[in-house]
Amino acid sequence: MNGNLNEIWVYLSTTPLLGLTLTLIAYQAAFWIYKRLGFHPLANPVLIAVAMLASVLLLTGTPYSTYFDGAQFVHFLLGPATVALAIPLHAQWPRLKTMAGPLLISLCAGSLTAALSACAIGAALGASRESLMSLAPKSVTTPIAMAVAERLGGLPSLTAVLVIITGILGAVGARYIYRWLHIEDHAVRGFAIGLASHGIGTARAFQVSEQAGAFAALAMGLNGLVTALSLPWILPWIENLLTR
Amino acid sequence: MLQALTLLLVFQLVGEVIVRAFALPVPGPVIGMALLFIALMLRGGPSKPLRDTAGSLLQHLSLLFVPAGTGVILYGTRLADEWLPLTAALLGSTFLTIAITALLLRALGKRSRHPERPS
Repeated sequence: MNGNLNEIWVYLSTTPLLGLTLTLIAYQAAFWIYKRLGFHPLANPVLIAVAMLASVLLLTGTPYSTYFDGAQFVHFLLGPATVALAIPLHAQWPRLKTMAGPLLISLCAGSLTAALSACAIGAALGASRESLMSLAPKSVTTPIAMAVAERLGGLPSLTAVLVIITGILGAVGARYIYRWLHIEDHAVRGFAIGLASHGIGTARAFQVSEQAGAFAALAMGLNGLVTALSLPWILPWIENLLTR
Repeated sequence: MLQALTLLLVFQLVGEVIVRAFALPVPGPVIGMALLFIALMLRGGPSKPLRDTAGSLLQHLSLLFVPAGTGVILYGTRLADEWLPLTAALLGSTFLTIAITALLLRALGKRSRHPERPS
């Protein structure tokens, strides 16, 4: 029996089936918990699913690369899902158009705040240069953030993790910030969460309302663009200023 | 459903090609999203299958971040060594960014909606 189990395990750990199935099961379990707790932001489904999967991988000693062989099929759908964001964006276009000026100004201010405050806090508390450069693009969607981190001299795969943590923090914390600051407009709520915490914030915004989701998607796309174009120029300049 | 998914992939593919052809610093899917948006503006809106497919993809957008998030197990040591600056930077910066963006957008939005009122 033990020999059999071992053989089954050897088989399972070499096929992509296990990683894919575990990802779907963990997410559905996490979503069930999230739903049972009345969609409370602290019960964020990404956070719970990642915690479950990380525990399973660590307990069974499964390397991340083996897991990802299966999970990549889910990961791949991020591409078409990003393209699909054009549809809610189109639906909200009449409202977006009337707010173009305020949206652009808030976008630039928010984008700069995201990168500079992360670097400033990290530097003040003694993070290594590599970590700082990996932190700088943490508010934008994973593929852009990884490309920017590479250009800045950070570690792209560390950036991927910091990006996800940022997304979860934003999705969990935004409601409390909005309550504290009395921000009620779903357009404003969505835009700020999408800017600060990209797709995970956008996913949370869609669970609140379609309008919040569309504004989050817009902010995520625009912040990706602004960050990719500006950070590789701004950060070296600030670094020079500080080391002089 | 199949047609709609194919359409999304075609837009992503065109986006990837454009990014590579012009060496743009943004990912292909973001360009694909912009192109699909332009197409929807020209066409006057999405077809029902496209809207349904996009809806079901976006409904479970969170799921798609789980594989990358699980990569956290690769960085146990660094996260343990630099946990204080990293945690403080992520928490402080994320909340500050949300607050500043939301406050600014609300203030500017109010002014543009009531132009006659002096601020």
